[in-house]
Amino acid sequence: MNDRRVRFTLNGEPREVSVKPNDLLLNVIRDDEKLTGTKYGCGIGECGACTVHIDGRPVLACLELAVAAEGREIVTIEGLAGNGGALDPLQEAFLDNGAVQCGFCTPGMIMMGRALLDETPEPSEAEVRDYLRGTLCRCTGYASIVQSVIDAGAKEAAAD
Amino acid sequence: MYAEFDLLTPAAVGGALDELAKVENEEDCMPLGGGTNLVVDLRARAVAPKVLISVGRLSGLRGIELGEGRVSMGGAVTVSEILRHPERSRFGPALIGAAQVFAGQMVRNTATIAGNICCGSPAADLVPPLLALDAVVRLECSAGSRELPLADYFTGYKSSVRKPNELLTRVWWPEPPAGSASLFYKLARRKGDAITVVGVAVSLARENGICTRARIALGAVAPVVERVRPAEAMLEGNALEPDLIEAAARAAAQQSSPIDDVRASGKYRRQQVFVLVRRLLSRAWRSLSEGDHP
Ligand SMILES: Cc1cc2nc3c(=O)[nH]c(=O)nc-3n(C[C@H](O)[C@H](O)[C@H](O)COP(=O)(O)OP(=O)(O)OC[C@H]3O[C@@H](n4cnc5c(N)ncnc54)[C@H](O)[C@@H]3O)c2cc1C
Ligand code: FES
Ligand code: FES
Repeated sequence: MNDRRVRFTLNGEPREVSVKPNDLLLNVIRDDEKLTGTKYGCGIGECGACTVHIDGRPVLACLELAVAAEGREIVTIEGLAGNGGALDPLQEAFLDNGAVQCGFCTPGMIMMGRALLDETPEPSEAEVRDYLRGTLCRCTGYASIVQSVIDAGAKEAAAD
Repeated sequence: MYAEFDLLTPAAVGGALDELAKVENEEDCMPLGGGTNLVVDLRARAVAPKVLISVGRLSGLRGIELGEGRVSMGGAVTVSEILRHPERSRFGPALIGAAQVFAGQMVRNTATIAGNICCGSPAADLVPPLLALDAVVRLECSAGSRELPLADYFTGYKSSVRKPNELLTRVWWPEPPAGSASLFYKLARRKGDAITVVGVAVSLARENGICTRARIALGAVAPVVERVRPAEAMLEGNALEPDLIEAAARAAAQQSSPIDDVRASGKYRRQQVFVLVRRLLSRAWRSLSEGDHP
């Protein structure tokens, strides 16, 4: 198992890291890059806590080999806030709606909600629920999470 | 990850085939598509290849082409790419229906059509619609390529005619003509992200009030996804009256050989095959008589 140099962009910063063929992207993000916002839940694709964006699309970092990151643009929950730490409107909406209880699902939920809003600016409740169906929350009962995505969509549309 | 393996990342399909040509032992080397089955299996130590060959991003395995009466997809086309394609309405509604209920968004963004076929799972959701649409698969090795009907691909539970040195590079099927209809239904414990308990795809063509072509394919109720040829033969050449549809649904339930597992009993699955085949055939036939093609 020879180490590989892998180059990618992480939250806008170019990175070059040395990884093993069997290293998971999730472990590189959490252990090497020390970005622990991306959570390690089930490790088998079932919970969505590890969701990151690769080239603008949400994928599960627990099922991606780090080598596959070569040449790609990766954004984690830490990369959503703007310059100076201004929160993303979706993060604001989560705060406003009290959509966080234990918080373990929150990074994955926000990465999913953000991806949906980028694709479908003002989603219906049914669209939000369908899009978030691979991301599990054991605390909130989802209502406040779904509402946050709808609210953020409405706010962004009003601001445009 | 605990499992150890080497990972090759060839730049083109030819390079991947050359690497596969060196493989002596089937268990030693596996193609890696999106990894949504394989990475889970590696971590569970269900498989332990020494080498993986990454093929999921090879441009030669990508792309969806329409033309000459065919729908043709590269093996590394993802479920999301199927759903986002501007011409998706030409692919066959059963396939779109299956893609819509397939996993969650994140898995769909990486899961490939070849991976779904080659994982060999009887619950693979794209396979019943592809069988109903008469899909053909292309298998390539460094020495050449061959094509065969998907219906002849599986030989048993998780086994197929694919040789270890072959890649599944393309899947194509005749573009569904006007006057045909196809439908898919996935019965599962919940809507999102659940393994199929029973999957049914049907496809019908109608001319002058007669069914000219019938396909029924069942998922998750036998060691392989399979067509129900006796039931198809009952329908072809006839007007699909309710009694005939009911008899075909009964034949489908009879052919199925479902097992009991944590998700459902075999008895329940077989009953659902009957209900779902009857329902989908009735709907598809009705939509054709109304002159609207679902
Ligand atoms: C959370 C979750 C939910 C899921 N939900 C569903 C679902 O609803 N429906 C469903 O059907 N499946 C589901 N799956 C299973 C999986 O996502 C699909 O089977 C998927 O299509 C596999 O494709 P892949 O590209 O990820 O394959 P991989 O995991 O990369 O490969 C699967 C197998 O195919 C082989 N292979 C891959 N590409 C080729 C090729 N070009 N030629 C030859 N062999 C090849 C590999 O060697 C391996 O044996 C789910 C998985 C997860 C983790
Ligand atoms: S940790 Fe990746 S889906 Fe659960
Ligand atoms: S807030 Fe606890 S899992 Fe969602």
